[in-house]
Amino acid sequence: MSVRVFVPGDSSALSVGANAVADAILDEARRRSLDIAIVRTGSRGLFWLEPLVEVETAAGRVGYGPVAPGEAAELFEADFLAGGPHPKALGRVEDIPYLARQQRLMFARSGLTEPLSLDDYRRHGGLRGLERALSLGPKATVEEVLASGLRGRGGAGFPTGVKWRTTAGVESDQKYVVCNADEGDSGTFADRMLMEGDPFLLIEGMAIAALAVGATMGYVYIRSEYPHAFAVFSRAIERARSAGLLGPSVGGSGRAFDLEARLGAGAYICGEETSLLESLEGKRGEVRAKPPLPAISGLFGKPTVINNMLSFASTPWILEHGAKAYAAYGVGRSLGSQPFQLAGNVRYGGLVELAFGASLRDLVEGFGGGTRTGRPIRAVQVGGPLGAYFPAALLDTPLDYESILAAKGMLGHGGVVVFDDTVDMARQARFAFEFCAKESCGKCTPCRIGSIRGVETVDKILAGRDRQKNVQLLRDLCEVMTDGSLCALGGLAPMPVLSVLDHFSEDFARPPARAAAE
Amino acid sequence: MVGRTAFDANLARTLIDRKRDAPGATLPILHDLLDEFGYIDDAAIPLIADALNISRAEALGVVSFYHDFRRSPIDGRVLRLCRAESCQAMGCEDLVSHLRVGHGVEVDGADNGSELHVESVYCLGNCALSPAALLDGEPIGRLDRDRIDAIVAGAQGKMQ
Repeated sequence: MSVRVFVPGDSSALSVGANAVADAILDEARRRSLDIAIVRTGSRGLFWLEPLVEVETAAGRVGYGPVAPGEAAELFEADFLAGGPHPKALGRVEDIPYLARQQRLMFARSGLTEPLSLDDYRRHGGLRGLERALSLGPKATVEEVLASGLRGRGGAGFPTGVKWRTTAGVESDQKYVVCNADEGDSGTFADRMLMEGDPFLLIEGMAIAALAVGATMGYVYIRSEYPHAFAVFSRAIERARSAGLLGPSVGGSGRAFDLEARLGAGAYICGEETSLLESLEGKRGEVRAKPPLPAISGLFGKPTVINNMLSFASTPWILEHGAKAYAAYGVGRSLGSQPFQLAGNVRYGGLVELAFGASLRDLVEGFGGGTRTGRPIRAVQVGGPLGAYFPAALLDTPLDYESILAAKGMLGHGGVVVFDDTVDMARQARFAFEFCAKESCGKCTPCRIGSIRGVETVDKILAGRDRQKNVQLLRDLCEVMTDGSLCALGGLAPMPVLSVLDHFSEDFARPPARAAAE
Repeated sequence: MVGRTAFDANLARTLIDRKRDAPGATLPILHDLLDEFGYIDDAAIPLIADALNISRAEALGVVSFYHDFRRSPIDGRVLRLCRAESCQAMGCEDLVSHLRVGHGVEVDGADNGSELHVESVYCLGNCALSPAALLDGEPIGRLDRDRIDAIVAGAQGKMQ
């Protein structure tokens, strides 16, 4: 029997040469007339180790990484096929502390299985949630999700079960489920990893939702910046359809549900749910006023459950293990697990799925190992471009919805971006407005005009013009945008700016000459 | 990644007809046109409007809203360079100035027939390996000045 060698096909792994490594290993095996089978997996999410090559041995899956294509020959010399010692040897991958210390509920299979193999998915516990949902029936499925305390993983933290219950309760000839996979926040890649590494999990989660609320059609809106994820996920849909997991009788239940992947077109605003719906309808991605809620009048005016990918992906575990088991993870009103994504200037960047409540310090220092440059951490942005910058002094803040909110931030989609002490925080504040101006849909004035005025005001402060007056003006502007914008883009763009004013005001107080030179 | 076929109204019509009946067909159609021709030709706007029974203004409004729908053709390779926060933390702005100073390549600059187009993009989901980019759709992580030099040289080689 051939030895199985696993090389990720995840696009992050590809970005550092995983394809070349797979080819080199295969060539070397042929040269030595060794019988190996290369299996392309998703990523474990330990990105500083990519390309991470794993071998199936008697002792379990043993890892080597990061492997360069030129190292293939020496790996064979070191007898890596039997788990032999080598400077890049990592031992059993599941024992690597970074992985062993996590609570992987939704990312349990990522990097372990063959993404497009439904058999592999089933072998590793897949479809049990859907099976239980089918036996429970729609009403009890919604109750289970409600009882789990699952909250929207896109950022707003709205209870997922409430959305489902609302749509389930509306009579309509047509209902939809829509997955928001427009993962636009810098520092986030969990959706991408799932689509590339465990796509059937999302399909299962959406099928559970569709059957629970009575929807027969679903759309997954994937951003165009993820061409690889779109390709993998589209193939997963085809396979699910030919296996009868999607189509006229989902899993033999006699109930219909089908799914289509749609590609975005480079507009950050389409991550906002109503703008996403407009885009799916073929229009400009302009935000809708709420009400009506999408749960009642959403896609094409029909009742629509629109959830973040990670919300859907949480539900198979919840259905399989029960609401109580899920709610045993987490703290307070933040229940279950959250895949945090550790990025930016960090030594060990990757995906860290933890129960809510761990501290930011544990994440960036415990898991992340501090900065990649080795310099002190100055700021950590949590929750994407609309999230607050936390100073090193606030690293002990627990990572749950309420604690982050109390510290004037938001958890968002779980992105955590680390900056060292060379960062110019005034420039980061300026960028927040600049980005908002670039990506504003233009429908409401506070966002469309306010963001541009924000850039101008920051420039005035940096140029040393009426500093005190302009800082006050900046705060006023932030208040108007926060309270007066139609959606979260304009409403939250002030958050990073205010956090810079609150925690890093010294960067606004530098002599103008230096600021202007940068 | 992006097509290079010269614009052809008949081919455009065929592509449009293939998806015109899909619900919310505008973006899927525009993506097909982009894949084929590499941009959205102005002549495609009335064709889309007719097929979808919307006004030309509406069709143009959709095209102009989204960053992806380039309005003129380009030659050469396309490097989409991430300039969002995670990549900022790892020095993407240094790469932007290196492109300008070292190679005379302006990011998001006007098309002047150059062999390498560098466009800003905001997050490619490769944030643990910042700075990140896509070169003609292929992901690149831990981008540095040396790699930029190689990409510029590679693009020039391809054109000659």
